[in-house]
Amino acid sequence: MDHKKFNALPGFGLTMGFVLLYLSAVVLIPFAGLIIRACGLSWSDFFHLATTDRALAAYRLTFGASAIAALTNAVFGTLVGWVLVRYDFPGRRFLDAMVDFPFALPTAVAGLTLANLFSEKGWLGSWLVPLGIKGAFTPLGVVLALTFVGLPFVVRTLQPVLQNLEREVEEAAATLGASRFRTFVRIIAPSLLPAVLTGFALAFARAIGEYGSIVFISGNLPFKTEIAPYLIVMRLEEYDYTGAIALAVVLLIFSFLLLGAINLLEHWSSRFQH
Amino acid sequence: MSTTIIHRPSTSQSQRGTEESPAVKWILIGLALAFCLVFLLLPLANVFIQAFSKGWRYYLTALSHPDSLSAIKLTLLVAAICVPINIVFGLAAGWAVAKFEFRGKPLLITLIDLPFSVSPVVAGLMFVVLFGLQGFFGQWLDNHNLKIIFAVPGIVLATVFITFPFVARELIPVMQSIGVEQEEAALTLGANGWQTFWKVTLPSVKWGLIYGIILCNARAMGEFGAVSVVSGHVAGLTNTMPLQVEKIYNEYDAAGAFAIASLLALLALFTLGIKTFLEWRQARDYQRAQRAGAAAL
Repeated sequence: MDHKKFNALPGFGLTMGFVLLYLSAVVLIPFAGLIIRACGLSWSDFFHLATTDRALAAYRLTFGASAIAALTNAVFGTLVGWVLVRYDFPGRRFLDAMVDFPFALPTAVAGLTLANLFSEKGWLGSWLVPLGIKGAFTPLGVVLALTFVGLPFVVRTLQPVLQNLEREVEEAAATLGASRFRTFVRIIAPSLLPAVLTGFALAFARAIGEYGSIVFISGNLPFKTEIAPYLIVMRLEEYDYTGAIALAVVLLIFSFLLLGAINLLEHWSSRFQH
Repeated sequence: MSTTIIHRPSTSQSQRGTEESPAVKWILIGLALAFCLVFLLLPLANVFIQAFSKGWRYYLTALSHPDSLSAIKLTLLVAAICVPINIVFGLAAGWAVAKFEFRGKPLLITLIDLPFSVSPVVAGLMFVVLFGLQGFFGQWLDNHNLKIIFAVPGIVLATVFITFPFVARELIPVMQSIGVEQEEAALTLGANGWQTFWKVTLPSVKWGLIYGIILCNARAMGEFGAVSVVSGHVAGLTNTMPLQVEKIYNEYDAAGAFAIASLLALLALFTLGIKTFLEWRQARDYQRAQRAGAAAL
């Protein structure tokens, strides 16, 4: 054992043993259970269950709304991150603290209050619904809820990068006669891009699995406003375990692909810091 | 740095090459504020306005309903079980991962983070597959009259799964950055392993630990998707606060749903408050250390 040669600290066996035991009991065994059940399905069964028309409609909404919400967050998250790091204005510290609010607020409460805000009688809905913008019980509602849930990711991945950005390079560009806009496009934006993409991917991954906030605002109409996680719950309520498992496997595969992409992005963006 | 000292009045409007014009700056601030208003401040304010839309009396009646009280009790119970277990796990994982070198460390860290990338609904489904009636242990549990799914143990298990990484993920980087010298010094001076842990390691990671605990607690109390799948939704028995919010909302009692939601929103504000305080402390300590370093030079 290498660690005994170099390390005088005790407790490796005890803590490692506990970590592995607890990890297996809480995470690995439940995971294995799902995988074993999924492997019990034949390919044709799996394909059939995972690609029903209703499931395809649910994937389209889940992935489409998640992508739009993550894109919204990429744009506005960059803006908010920029404003928080570069400018000073009244309420800046308060706003900075509030950015984490979606992390701290239970998703059910988020869904409840957003559904109410954008409903016909709500503060925003009473203005928007007459204009034809319906936020409650529509696919737009799903996008709104997912935008709320993913809001902190881009801001929080971008902030440290913005803080570490070398102002000297911008000064040099300005000295050499570049306009501020040109400096932003040619100098600043390229160094922010990896962090923005990482934030986008994190928000997207979070959105794909999201359930709590959407249940309240979407109305959960099959083929129209039903997301994939909700369809899993519906399958379970019909005691259709295999149907639920097939859908879950599809979601898991996408989550892991995204996780791999995020790791690559973080590796890439870490080269831009310092 | 070679700088020519030119005395300019500090109120000078002259624009540096690395700054946007004031108009652009204030438009950007305005857009950012508008976005945050719609997605952060209005949703928050709306929770409390709606909760009190039918008055104090209605608010208190909604909260003191037996089903609401039992939901509050169940939520506190679930958090009281999940958070301590995950604290112990987080400390053990921090110690093993940060203080020792071993093969497969990146894999272990990935596995610890695994629950973050699983949809809460899928997490709940995993426990149904294990312990549900048609699940692996369903028949055996049924024969022995034990209930996990649609009962409190299932809710606890699902919540433990969801909150599993929170403390560990805060502690591991903190412990890694501190290193092992202090512990080694304590051991050399004759302290045993436990004394070293309690008197050296724990105080040094105190703030990171508190940070992990409040995040873990917020999630444990607020979890919806995973708990929703395994709870069975029996009001008064297996409904946690978030589930009770949904139940009351589906009964078209918006003010009642918002009343319980307001407690969860307070929890979120409390969590944010502690988090902001910890970050402020950390920044202050960092500045002090820097000043002390500068003074020493």
